[in-house]
Amino acid sequence: MKIQTILIILCFGKEFNESGGGFLESQKFDIVVIGGGVVGTAIARELSKYKANVGLIEKESDVGLGASNSNSGVVHSGFTAPVGSLKADVCMYGNSHFEEVCDELDVPFERVGKLVVALNKKQVAELYNMQYVGSMNGAELHIVGKDFIKEKEPFIDGKAAMYSPNSAITSPYELTIAYAENAHTNGVDIKLNTEVVEIKKKNTKFLIETNNGLFETNYVINSAGLFSDFIASFSGEDRYKIYPCRGEYYVLDKNASDLISRLVYPVPPENAGGYGIHLTPTIDGNILIGPSNEYINDVENEATTKEVMDQLIKEAQNFLPAINRDLVIRSYSGIRSKIVPPEIGGFTDFVIEKSPKYDNFINLIGIESPGLTSAPGIAKYVVDIIDKMENLQQDEDYDGKRDGITKFDQLTLQKQKELAESNPNYRDIVCRCENITKQEIIDALKNPLGVKTLKGVKYRARATMGRCQGGYCIARIIKIMQEEFGFDVKELKLESNKSKLFSGQAKGWE
Amino acid sequence: MINKELVIIGAGPAGLAAALSAYEEGLRDILIIERESKPGGILKQCIHDGFGLHKFKEILTGPEYAFRYIEKVREKNIEILTDTIVTMLTNDKYIKAINQEQGIMEIKAQAVILAMGSRERTSGGISLPGDRPAGIYTAGLAQNLMNLHNIKVGEKIVILGSGDIGLIMARRLTLEGASVKAVLEIMPYSNGLKRNINQCLVDYDIPLKLQHTVIDVKGDSRLESVTVAEVDNQLQPIPGTEYDIDCDTLILSVGLIPENELSRQANVQLDDITGGALVKDNLETNVEGIFSCGNVLHIHDLVDYVSDEAEKAGKSAVEYINQGKKWEKENIFVEPGQGINYVIPQVISKEKDQIFSMRVKQPDTDKTIKLFCEEEVIFEQDFDKVNPSEMIKIDIKKEKFKPLKGKSIKVVAI
Repeated sequence: MKIQTILIILCFGKEFNESGGGFLESQKFDIVVIGGGVVGTAIARELSKYKANVGLIEKESDVGLGASNSNSGVVHSGFTAPVGSLKADVCMYGNSHFEEVCDELDVPFERVGKLVVALNKKQVAELYNMQYVGSMNGAELHIVGKDFIKEKEPFIDGKAAMYSPNSAITSPYELTIAYAENAHTNGVDIKLNTEVVEIKKKNTKFLIETNNGLFETNYVINSAGLFSDFIASFSGEDRYKIYPCRGEYYVLDKNASDLISRLVYPVPPENAGGYGIHLTPTIDGNILIGPSNEYINDVENEATTKEVMDQLIKEAQNFLPAINRDLVIRSYSGIRSKIVPPEIGGFTDFVIEKSPKYDNFINLIGIESPGLTSAPGIAKYVVDIIDKMENLQQDEDYDGKRDGITKFDQLTLQKQKELAESNPNYRDIVCRCENITKQEIIDALKNPLGVKTLKGVKYRARATMGRCQGGYCIARIIKIMQEEFGFDVKELKLESNKSKLFSGQAKGWE
Repeated sequence: MINKELVIIGAGPAGLAAALSAYEEGLRDILIIERESKPGGILKQCIHDGFGLHKFKEILTGPEYAFRYIEKVREKNIEILTDTIVTMLTNDKYIKAINQEQGIMEIKAQAVILAMGSRERTSGGISLPGDRPAGIYTAGLAQNLMNLHNIKVGEKIVILGSGDIGLIMARRLTLEGASVKAVLEIMPYSNGLKRNINQCLVDYDIPLKLQHTVIDVKGDSRLESVTVAEVDNQLQPIPGTEYDIDCDTLILSVGLIPENELSRQANVQLDDITGGALVKDNLETNVEGIFSCGNVLHIHDLVDYVSDEAEKAGKSAVEYINQGKKWEKENIFVEPGQGINYVIPQVISKEKDQIFSMRVKQPDTDKTIKLFCEEEVIFEQDFDKVNPSEMIKIDIKKEKFKPLKGKSIKVVAI
């Protein structure tokens, strides 16, 4: 980079910290990405292909704990966004490059296809509109009749459907973790539990004040999701406000996985700016029902509600009557960062642009669905903006390959026998629902980002995600954390530093 | 491939009793597979007393009760593979299991007894609304952490559900110095045993709030409070009755689910109500040579009855191994009718004395349990009180069945 000097890379400068009332050391970066969601980590990884000193800061205890872990995990084929929109472009790019990205990063991906099912005549007409828009974007779409639906999805009721063969599914949290790990391997400094307090302009650079130190950087990339309006405010950008819109989901037992094998969507409700409550087969073999669409006041209110959960079952039964509450193993919610208030609604494009005041402060605002699909495209788009200003140099040492944790249960019997032969930890099944071995738990705890929480294990090894929701494996995972990693009971966390799992030892033990 | 005459999956009270009874019947080639490192199942963590009154006429703790069986299994040199998890079971009784010592094992059995027990219903299973902070545990997990790992889950406790484990944990946590604020039960009656309500709640002044449930859970990182409301007869929260309880822990004791994932793999047909297998009077499932007993068949309130049932399964498995397929005789279906939630077994032969295990749908007084076949009453007995939490067992001699013409028996509580 032009402005990069040896001094900046090697030295820690001293900055006056007004709130702290003294001189604090600041860490120097060329580029800082704020936000460790799927988009932020994808940008960090894309930047790690070049010679630049990159940092990523994330306020939570792990990457991907916001909307990136609580969406449907769908790789969309791009038939909802208007032709020529940025959303349509990055979505189409993502859909065609996703398999390659997942392959490089050892993340599961499956092109299962999607049926958008019309339940009445009016909706059938709507299918043709969607097909028109989608075809203009370059998506392959077919209108199909009742017989096609019955043949492909025998449990689904519907008059007609639009079939999208290129729609796919992935694991959104595995992808985010993989992006972050690969970025880390290629030199990106990932700072977890680091929350931005203030960003100040200092000559041509920015000084980012956080609860975990001071960072000086030439470029800021604001990929802060629900907090992107707050971060943008430091760049003189005040045109956008985030309207948090909650979506609740149900997760069904794997015993129900035979009910559908493709994505099954309703015709989107008018002016909803969403897809409507749909059925998603997950890459792990569960089915998701959801998400609902509800504007809320608190951007961090990830609660689920009785009213919406009742609605999810009711709406899902409209086209899949075999669904019932006994199949539910979990509910959760995610929050979309919309930039239109409910009274306006409808389509809005992604905002990805230099801030009005500073060219070296790039804001990403309103990155909601299809944000997961678009992450590879957004990453390229953002890096192109910087490249035009900086003429980034390729880093010959970059290695885009990343190996995930070996999933014992998914191997052939022969391969399982070989692994079990060579490593006793593969002979020890810790999670009974998902057949996860002790080695996978250890691998998860030894993750490159240094995350040592129960949720860190959950999103890396799938433990506690099965039908018993950890009833069996939590005690076993805790034992591994204590015995193999030396944790004290009082130090064990669910996720954030404040989320202590236990109050301590039983009486007379200490 | 290892060949075995009888493989029992699970070394809890059901598996142990089934193994001993098969041994008593003369079988020697028996293998028990247990996923935990010690036999005993859930009894290991049930350090309170109250077990064995029916079976041994003594009041024992869980570990003591289990030890009576473990000791005998050891004396007879019945093989138990511990720390071994079965990952596959097929309808031709092929078993894939894995453990530290032997790695992956493939076993072919002549007969299999399913004795896998149950798991707890979770917050997801009851669609618990609200946040997802740390501090929400099922009662059995909290008990396991407390009694087997010396870990205290929290200090200010609310218990949702008045099942027996929840009641026991109310006392256990109180004894550990925690403050148990309330036990909430959505139904107008508790599903726990009466003696547990007295000994675990009344004796410690812990309020039992019937027809109350949790309608919201709050907490960013660790649980901070739950919102509680009274419910109406349709179990819906009554507006205006809500109040918050400050707590750091919510314990869920909201039911047990028979753990039949392996049974499903083997195409064992399950009963929608019990969640366990549909069984004949010898406890054989629809899959020839696969038997089921204990909590994997239906949820029991007393371990003593689990042992009884498992002994029968053990005996039946040996009969099957010695004589082969023999279920072709005339049989009768048994169905729950008015007031009865379920009856086990679901299919009986006319040639044998029968014991029926059943539960009523709701607590009541002055009820008559009747069994009839096409208007003809086979059996009737009056009860001053009936309660879903207390299993009713009824013995009927084979002479009663022989003259029956119909194909099904209905059981009612009227």
